[in-house]
Amino acid sequence: MHTPIHSQPGDIDPGPWLLRLEHVSKRFGGVQALDDIAFNVRPGEVLCLAGENGCGKSTLIKTVSGVHAPEPGAVMQWDGQDMLGIDPARARELGIQVIWQDLALFPEMSVAENIAFERNLGRRPRLVKTAAMRAQAAEILDSLGVNIDLDARVASLSIANRQLVAIARALIANARLVFMDEPTASLSRHETEALIDIVRRLSAQGIAVVFVSHRLAEVLDICSRVTVLRDGCYVGTYSTEGMTQSRLTELMTGRQFDYRTRPAPTGDGEPRLSVRGLTRQGEYRDIDLDIRPGEIVGLTGRLGAGRTELALSLFGMRRPERGQILLDGRPLRMTSNRDAIRAGIAYVSEDRLSLGLVQQQAIADNIAITVLGRLLNRAGLLSPRRQTGLVADWIRRLKVKVGSPQDPVSSLSGGNQQRIVLAKWLATEPRLLILDSPTVGVDVGARAGIFEIVAELAAQGMAILLISDETPEVYFNADRVLHMRDGRLVESFIPAHTELERIEEAVHA
Amino acid sequence: MSPSVISRLMNPAGSKSPAAGELAGMGIVLGVLVVSFSLLSDRFLTGATFDSIAFQLPELGLLALAMLIPLLSGGLNLAITFSANFSALVMAWVVGWLGGPEAGMSGILLGMLAALLSGALIGWALGAIVAYTGAHPILASLAMMIFLRGLGEFLTRGGSVSGFPDALVGLGQGTWLGIPVPLLVFAACAALWALILNRTRLGFSIYMLGSNTEATRYSGISTRRALTLVYVLSGVMCAVAGIIMTSRFNSVRVGHGEAYLLITVLACFLGRVDPFGGFGRVAPVVMALIILQVISSGLNLLGTNQHLATALWGGILIAVMVVRYLWGRLRDRRRRRR
Repeated sequence: MHTPIHSQPGDIDPGPWLLRLEHVSKRFGGVQALDDIAFNVRPGEVLCLAGENGCGKSTLIKTVSGVHAPEPGAVMQWDGQDMLGIDPARARELGIQVIWQDLALFPEMSVAENIAFERNLGRRPRLVKTAAMRAQAAEILDSLGVNIDLDARVASLSIANRQLVAIARALIANARLVFMDEPTASLSRHETEALIDIVRRLSAQGIAVVFVSHRLAEVLDICSRVTVLRDGCYVGTYSTEGMTQSRLTELMTGRQFDYRTRPAPTGDGEPRLSVRGLTRQGEYRDIDLDIRPGEIVGLTGRLGAGRTELALSLFGMRRPERGQILLDGRPLRMTSNRDAIRAGIAYVSEDRLSLGLVQQQAIADNIAITVLGRLLNRAGLLSPRRQTGLVADWIRRLKVKVGSPQDPVSSLSGGNQQRIVLAKWLATEPRLLILDSPTVGVDVGARAGIFEIVAELAAQGMAILLISDETPEVYFNADRVLHMRDGRLVESFIPAHTELERIEEAVHA
Repeated sequence: MSPSVISRLMNPAGSKSPAAGELAGMGIVLGVLVVSFSLLSDRFLTGATFDSIAFQLPELGLLALAMLIPLLSGGLNLAITFSANFSALVMAWVVGWLGGPEAGMSGILLGMLAALLSGALIGWALGAIVAYTGAHPILASLAMMIFLRGLGEFLTRGGSVSGFPDALVGLGQGTWLGIPVPLLVFAACAALWALILNRTRLGFSIYMLGSNTEATRYSGISTRRALTLVYVLSGVMCAVAGIIMTSRFNSVRVGHGEAYLLITVLACFLGRVDPFGGFGRVAPVVMALIILQVISSGLNLLGTNQHLATALWGGILIAVMVVRYLWGRLRDRRRRRR
């Protein structure tokens, strides 16, 4: 059992804190974004700030960096001195730096210019000393132990290198506390490890780093303590020593989850989907794939491995050049996704915002769009009564939390939007359901709900292809996991017989 | 506001839906206009005023319907007036070929059919370009407009074509049960449009693709086909407008009603059609058309210059936009306070 190592303010010696916050609250209109938060950082420590989307992490960071002022009654100290009432410029002077996920660099300017920008900030206009600027930038990059061309345009750099430029920019301003918002979200495993090395280096130099990340394994690996927020409230601060991912998830969501793999597949029965030698130049090659009714097959691999391209071919939207797709033994020739839908294939897009749903339009219409043919009355006109019935039925079956079915889909949370996507495709009564990164932008708690539905569909006999670049997601939710690399299926794993680490190593190697 | 098939249909009078509120608001504006004009002129509330409105409304109204569907799909059709007149020219040639002023009823019907086909064909060509090449509707329809104008002027040598049978003229100038025939045609067309938009798969698809074409395509809707049909419908409605204009003036000229083009856009926006597509209904657009026509006829009766009415039309749209903005802010603030 973990007990918060710091839950009662005042029971610890305030001396060693670099940053000390007590009783910090923030209201926006009727919304209590932060409610009596405590947040303390020691010099040179690596601390994680964890919580689901909307739990108040960003508001807290903005309060510390002087963007928002807390409600009266808050205690905010920096080095033991009161720091209430600071503005962003003063926060910078104190040494507080925030690296947001979008990095906020100038893509058209050089690496040296971007790094030196912070130095020139707020000064009176004067001539830029190019040589001095380059020397400073080079020095900072050296101290990080990295080698990036100072004259390269930032737009031409990889995401990982841009991240380093942003860190260098923070350091040149004599940062003592750096917030990093989801710094590893778009990095490969190798790049992540390099970044973690850098973070350790900063820590050794006495610079404190607050890490905001959804990747719990990473958090537990790199941070010494973790502060958890939930719904704007302070849950506690815990040592990462002995902390597990499932326990941390529980703290973040307030619920318990079952982390177990699915039982090993029995392996009998005719395949629902058979793919033989499917090839499309530049996207994927020689794909052989079988999915049986009731089976969930996971497909993972790095970005650009060709997963989505393969899915779109199975959905009739990208014609393969060679090979065969068979559904229940019958070869499919598809010229558009309408052929695929008619054959019983449904595709949940990875891009819910612009491809999965018509965000501005009503929830009811987004559910009905795939089955308009079934809503016609005898005169051949759409029947509002049938639509209302269909929509109410699916909202009930998938337990979607909606105000009115007439509200625009955009008014729903990510998890509920994804349920609407599932509803619109389940309404077509598919025999094969392709889920492409179904939990993008969905909170940890809501993810479990989505996968409960998926498991139930499989139990009813649906064949499911689950695509995700989060290896644990396919590991815990699929019967078999296929690893795609550079357009080929290279390996197959059975989670029940394999360690998660083994698959992660294979994917990220 | 979230007009969708259900709210559009289940709740036509729906006292609580914002769309119905808007319609009621427009009704009040119309009432105020009618009362003020009748106080200013004792000739306003007479049959003559009604007649002038009833004969003028349909031309603009039919063209506004032709503009409405492309707007809902997120596009625009700048070729509506020339599509109308070109289709009317086709009718004129067919009727002329079948006897001109002496042409029988079958000749007239054949002529109308030819006009409708011509409108559909023009719309199909425009729609296919927009749907399959991805050309922007403004550019595609602008090109179509210039093409039709040039071709029409060339074929008519810049003049007008006249000499129609009396029966056709009767369509434009006659009455049925005391109601002007053009008004009946307009009412029927508006009802047809409402039916297509609210109760057919095509109408449903037009609203959806008007908001997001790709998401609609991913949902299994043939968006290219739907988009092509958007312009076919628009072209057919242009042809109906062309037939009505011909019968009213007893002649066809390529440049007839050119000034209506942008007024139809104005009427649609006044009728709460979303300029970015996806939202808008027939009834408020019809209401907006009536308001515009009442202003024009009322000012005409007061003896003011016709150009003043035009200026006022533009002024009203500006005022409406400002009022909607303020109204939206007020509502947001009230919601936040709750």
